[in-house]
Amino acid sequence: MNKIDFAVGIGGENGQGIASTGNILALIFARRGLHLNAYNAYQSIIRGGHTFLTIRASDGPVRNMGDKIDVFIPLNQDTMDRHLHLLKSGACAIYDKEKVTPEKAADGVQLCPMPMKELTRGNKLAVNTAALGGTLQLLGIESEPLETVISRQFKKKGDAVVAENLAIARAGYDYAAQNFTAFSWKAPRGAKPLGIITGNQAIAMGGAAAGVKFYAAYPMSPSTGVLMWMAAHARELGIMVRQVEDEIGVMNMVIGAAHTGCRAMCATSGGGFALMSEAVGMAGMIETPIVCIDVQRAGPATGVPTKTEQGDLWQVLGAGQGDYPRIVVAPTNQLDLFHTVPELFNLCDKYQCPGLVLSDLLISEGTTSIDPDDLDFRVKIDRGELILPNGNGNGANPASGYNDNAYLRYKNTASGISPRAVPGVPGYIFTAATDEHDEDGTLISDEFTNPQKRRMMVEKRARKMQGAIKDIASPKLVGSEEADVTLVGWGSTAGVIREAVEKLAGEEGIVANQLAIKWIVPLHAAEISAILGRSKNVILVENNQSGQFARYLRSETGFDGHGHIRKYDGEPFMPHHIVEAVKTQLAGETRLSIPVHEVNA
Amino acid sequence: MTAPAAPPATTEPGQLTKETYRGRIHPDWCPGCGDFSVLAALQTALFELGLQPHQACVISGIGCSSNLPGYVNTYGMHTLHGRALAVATGVRLGNHELKVICAGGDGDGYGIGGNHFVHTMRRNVDLTYVVMDNQIYGLTTGQCSPTSVKGMKTKSTPYGSVENPINPIPMAIVGGATYVARAFSGKQKHMVEMFKGAIQHKGFALVDVFSPCVTYNKDNTYQWFNPRVKILEEQGHDPTDFHKAIERGYQWGEEIPIGLFWRRTDLESLEDLEPVLHTGEGPLAFRPLGISPEQAQRLIQELL
Ligand SMILES: Cc1ncc(C[n+]2csc(CCOP(=O)(O)OP(=O)(O)O)c2C)c(N)n1
Ligand code: SF4
Repeated sequence: MNKIDFAVGIGGENGQGIASTGNILALIFARRGLHLNAYNAYQSIIRGGHTFLTIRASDGPVRNMGDKIDVFIPLNQDTMDRHLHLLKSGACAIYDKEKVTPEKAADGVQLCPMPMKELTRGNKLAVNTAALGGTLQLLGIESEPLETVISRQFKKKGDAVVAENLAIARAGYDYAAQNFTAFSWKAPRGAKPLGIITGNQAIAMGGAAAGVKFYAAYPMSPSTGVLMWMAAHARELGIMVRQVEDEIGVMNMVIGAAHTGCRAMCATSGGGFALMSEAVGMAGMIETPIVCIDVQRAGPATGVPTKTEQGDLWQVLGAGQGDYPRIVVAPTNQLDLFHTVPELFNLCDKYQCPGLVLSDLLISEGTTSIDPDDLDFRVKIDRGELILPNGNGNGANPASGYNDNAYLRYKNTASGISPRAVPGVPGYIFTAATDEHDEDGTLISDEFTNPQKRRMMVEKRARKMQGAIKDIASPKLVGSEEADVTLVGWGSTAGVIREAVEKLAGEEGIVANQLAIKWIVPLHAAEISAILGRSKNVILVENNQSGQFARYLRSETGFDGHGHIRKYDGEPFMPHHIVEAVKTQLAGETRLSIPVHEVNA
Repeated sequence: MTAPAAPPATTEPGQLTKETYRGRIHPDWCPGCGDFSVLAALQTALFELGLQPHQACVISGIGCSSNLPGYVNTYGMHTLHGRALAVATGVRLGNHELKVICAGGDGDGYGIGGNHFVHTMRRNVDLTYVVMDNQIYGLTTGQCSPTSVKGMKTKSTPYGSVENPINPIPMAIVGGATYVARAFSGKQKHMVEMFKGAIQHKGFALVDVFSPCVTYNKDNTYQWFNPRVKILEEQGHDPTDFHKAIERGYQWGEEIPIGLFWRRTDLESLEDLEPVLHTGEGPLAFRPLGISPEQAQRLIQELL
């Protein structure tokens, strides 16, 4: 059965209510059972500027914002001018007849001017509500779901506001019925009602599921959504949430809380992570498990605060001085973020090391539909060799004794894992030191005569990763082994690459397959080498300028990709960017493609 | 590094002796360093307060003075340069049943850790902060510190420092600390009293200790301090008098006050004010993980 796949684009100034309009639409689609993906291209100013929100929905899977817009809602002239020329035949543009004038549109584009002043009875803030009514009419969706969602959305503002908005939505809906032609297709219905979730919410909920008891942060886009969720739910869920003076303080506080036995987490963006890095090394040295999420944005320095990039890979790989084990993971979408956080906590508890998550603006702030059944909060919890006064985290080994000098916090074991007692437990007293230390915690950093002990401790810590790699899933090739080309990406590009692979097969007759890398450190280098060694043509796709993953892959496997597709203009890949780049590369025209982002966002 | 001392004998709870608080290893400070006196005073204070070693956590940054946790038989953390207070806040919130004592140098606390110092005070986190203020960077062999007096010649200020020093006492008083005291390594008994008061105080307690660096600070020596320090408690100072506290805190020169400058007990600590600590059983660190099915259901509802 052919899936119906459509997208609505709403643009205007920041402050014109674009995000909330998008939210209403997303909820209506999700409740209808449609899958969706929403991406907001916005700027770092609170009022003014240009914002463009794309919501794409379908009864089949939706893994990215797609290539086209079917319903275009320019709330100002600027948006009209920037985007109208991108509309294809069959699309429509809904706009205020008095305020916005279209230039030339492509043949087959339906222009839908609406008398907004009349429909909204002069309420300028309600233009988008009227436009929403019109949109649903064109999509063949009944007015009732819109009314339900509007009632809920405006409930806090009182009955009068709800009634006014309902009337305006209805007016827009009816006006469109009388004056415009609905699409030849109707927005389909999915099997069951879905919800909507952002990546930042998914990270926070994953933390709650994992049993996070301590969350600290310093606000920084695009990670602040995690802090806001945590702060809003702290009291209900019994999570200590702190806004700290700076990111140095954040990481150190998180380590302090984790050291007492809490599961502790923080999220930031690249700049904040840079401030944390010395302390991440401390977590490595004193072997305290913590989880930190770096929601990447375009850098360096302040960079482009509201734009996406995969530019922090090497920062995270190299965070903190010296060699120490860490686990680095780049989840591929919102649901994956939810599942990864608890899994990472288990690994960090088991291997007593820092766990670093690479998210990015695209998936952290992007919204997707979610099947409530996929959000299973009953996650597996494994606290490893943890000794708490009331037993270990898994309910065994109650501690006893007093001043037991036999306890070796940093015992040199075959696995490198040493049983971890926390302060407050009688009988396990030790000092955790960031100086190099002996098995019992005694400082050996200044014992220049003892290189053997230093080497033993370095190797003990390093050994933990030999176990960790066995607990981490190896990446799998998706698609035909006999493909003409293998597309390799990491983290958030998995969805758009997947669609590009489908498009290459469907529209271009090119057989491609995909290798999406999620676990970055430790890396399944041998398995990846074997897969890529069998591929005829390997193209690495990433959202940065220098090919950070390509370089990492080469450093770990010796494998050099045959071609590269890189984008670093602040906007994410659209499927056609990858499709066209693959075609040019297969035609032998280039080995480095830098797609142009057509929308003057 | 000095040879390790004999480990303390196994002690049953309730049978605490002064020895109980002796750490595994002997301090490697220079002979005569003021920090020995601070260590002894802290051990005495812990003993006299009858604190169980496993219920206390001594947390330091980096510096000569920050080596102290390894010398005390309690749980300890020897963190990063300047970060003791941030780590300690996390420890207190993770397990608010632990007695937390932070220790470090003036460079550690007032220099690189200055931001955490300011914010930990204003939050009134319930912990004791002992700063071994030797007005010099000891571990890095004698550079200027934020408390080095103007004009002082150090390895990094060979022509004399031109900067004004920080005065931690008034700074802490206006910064929101609720117990602000000063001690001197030459007056150990008095220091024990300052520590005991600080450890028992509910809220942020600062004890700035003149702890001479006998190796690198040839200006502010025991001999220099001895005739100058005057004990506030012997002068009838009222630690609830804000203006007097500030005034005495600024005093420097021929007479330098030590003792309790300022104390207030009307402000709640961060731990008191955080409902999350009071709505569950025991410390956060020992509570069950995860959320209930009802809570999960509510969270999912928000997405629909
Ligand atoms: C981030 C960082 N910067 C610099 C240092 C080097 N360092 C170690 S201790 C210290 C200063 C020591 O002075 P203070 O804190 O006053 O303690 P003291 O040694 O005098 O007791 C410095 C600069 C470090 N360890 N970490
Ligand atoms: S250098 Fe100074 S502060 Fe450091 S141990 Fe020696 S006397 Fe003490």
